[in-house]
Amino acid sequence: MTRLAEAAEDVAPEEPRLALLRRLFSREKPATIIAAIVVLAFIAVALLAPVIAPYDPLAQSYLRINAYPSAEHWLGTDQFGRDVLSRLLHGARNSLIFGLVSPTLAALIGTALGVIAGYMGGIADRLISRVIDLLLAFPELLLAIMISAALGGGFWNVVMVIAIAFVPGFARVARSSTLAVRQEAYIEAAVAVGLGTPKIILRHVLPNISAPIVVLSTLWVASAIRLEASLSFLGLGTQPPNPSWGNIIRDGLGNIFGSPWPIIGAGLAITIVVLAFNVLGDALRDLLDPDTA
Amino acid sequence: MLRTIAARLLDAVPTVLLVLTLMFVALRLLPGDPALVVLGEYATQEQLALFRRQMGLDLPLWRQYLDFLWHMLTLDFGMSMINPVPVAQLIGENLPYTIELTAVATGMGLAFGIPMGVLAAVNRNRLPDAGVRVFSLVGYAIPDFYLGALLLIVFALNLGWFPINGGGEGLLDRLYHVFLPALTLAMVKTAFIGRLTRTSLLEVLGRDYIRTARAKGAREPRVIYRHALRNALLPVTTGLGLSLLATLSGSVAIELIFNRPGIGEVLISAIAKRDYPVIQGGVVVFAFFVVIVNLAVDLAYIVVDPRIRVKA
Repeated sequence: MTRLAEAAEDVAPEEPRLALLRRLFSREKPATIIAAIVVLAFIAVALLAPVIAPYDPLAQSYLRINAYPSAEHWLGTDQFGRDVLSRLLHGARNSLIFGLVSPTLAALIGTALGVIAGYMGGIADRLISRVIDLLLAFPELLLAIMISAALGGGFWNVVMVIAIAFVPGFARVARSSTLAVRQEAYIEAAVAVGLGTPKIILRHVLPNISAPIVVLSTLWVASAIRLEASLSFLGLGTQPPNPSWGNIIRDGLGNIFGSPWPIIGAGLAITIVVLAFNVLGDALRDLLDPDTA
Repeated sequence: MLRTIAARLLDAVPTVLLVLTLMFVALRLLPGDPALVVLGEYATQEQLALFRRQMGLDLPLWRQYLDFLWHMLTLDFGMSMINPVPVAQLIGENLPYTIELTAVATGMGLAFGIPMGVLAAVNRNRLPDAGVRVFSLVGYAIPDFYLGALLLIVFALNLGWFPINGGGEGLLDRLYHVFLPALTLAMVKTAFIGRLTRTSLLEVLGRDYIRTARAKGAREPRVIYRHALRNALLPVTTGLGLSLLATLSGSVAIELIFNRPGIGEVLISAIAKRDYPVIQGGVVVFAFFVVIVNLAVDLAYIVVDPRIRVKA
């Protein structure tokens, strides 16, 4: 990942942003363009859900339970007669919020820890590194399950759980980037001039390690969406009746003899959105770090 | 080599201590009184006090910490608060199902993934490579619980080829019951292992000794399987540990989908019922698994890679 930082530094000053964008969406890579369109559509749906959803996602109707797809209900209705499409559209809102908030929070906490460890060294570094290594040994989902076992559900708890699961990854990247930056002459110069440590970190270290961390954040939007869906599926995330793609599948499983459509629709939504974010993230990484392509 | 192994084993001790300490901190120092959470808001003061004494919550924190460490290390997790069964017994009965599922899924994943990776690497930038790329992209994106639900709907509910739930009795029946759940986890794993094998094999195929092997007239299959693949599988060993743990965590949702007994199912229903001793036991068992698998991967690496042996 240090290479990522170097590559980003090499590329960024020479090429204006517009040219970078143009290369990201060059005609040779239609998959990237399609992925970008899907991501934009997903964001639009999430923002406009209350406007475009044909029904109230919570409105129950015992007159039409487990209806199969029709002109009125494109994806049918669930065991409470709720419109599945409307629930999916509102679920997108949920996914977008978790997908943006959790990685951002993780990036803030992880970067702080990584910079402290990398810049200070000594006992702080050894302690932080040890905990990071330990947490990295756990798969994110397992870590999230274990933490939410203790914390319980609720919006902010779930945001925290997903963020904590991502912190070690950010901390590791921030630490190794900081270690590399610390060797640079301009840090030595800043120290020689007599700048205080907080000022050096804020003004000279952070701006120079930000590129790989920003790339990492975009890659982890997809992971956050997936993780939230998994936790909600397990009953540890978004609590019913509020719709989330994960708990729609959970509800659908309890009603699998009634109608398979909620499961099929929600799962397809998760798969397509995560796929699009992954393709876009890979393209971004290839652009900034051509060595690993 | 023995010294290296001993050093790795010793290295696991602080890791286990750290895991247990973090868990103690998480479970005890979080806001909220466990007694109140367990007994509910209508419990009397006497009931709360009795519960605290029984659970050792009235002791000083350092005593609680030492007691906790001792109980966890001796696998003494106490009694379930919902059913009058020791937690250790509950875990002991369910653990074999989880291990069975993880093992079968891993075996399937390797059996599909490695040949797929070889196929992709040998046909680099041609149709099979593109096919494998699409497969792994989808495999990375599709949630395992969704895939499991789809397989359940198609093969168990509609076609009726496989059972809908349970773990099965006797060897053949158990294999029959584990097939669909394991296939679900294996497909996600295949994407990961296939991709890893492809990358690693391509890197090895660019090395000098491969050119030498070809120059001395070795046939292509021999070059691939005898010279290249054996070296290419080294990074796969490390990846396998990670993937094994990912499968283990994936098994939680899969057990729920297929209504299978297992640790994940125990943990999730315990969380729903706030059965703290069971939650604690389940979490500890998962944590021990992580430590053991990482240790095993380290040891396997020493055995497989002669260079590490020499260095040690």
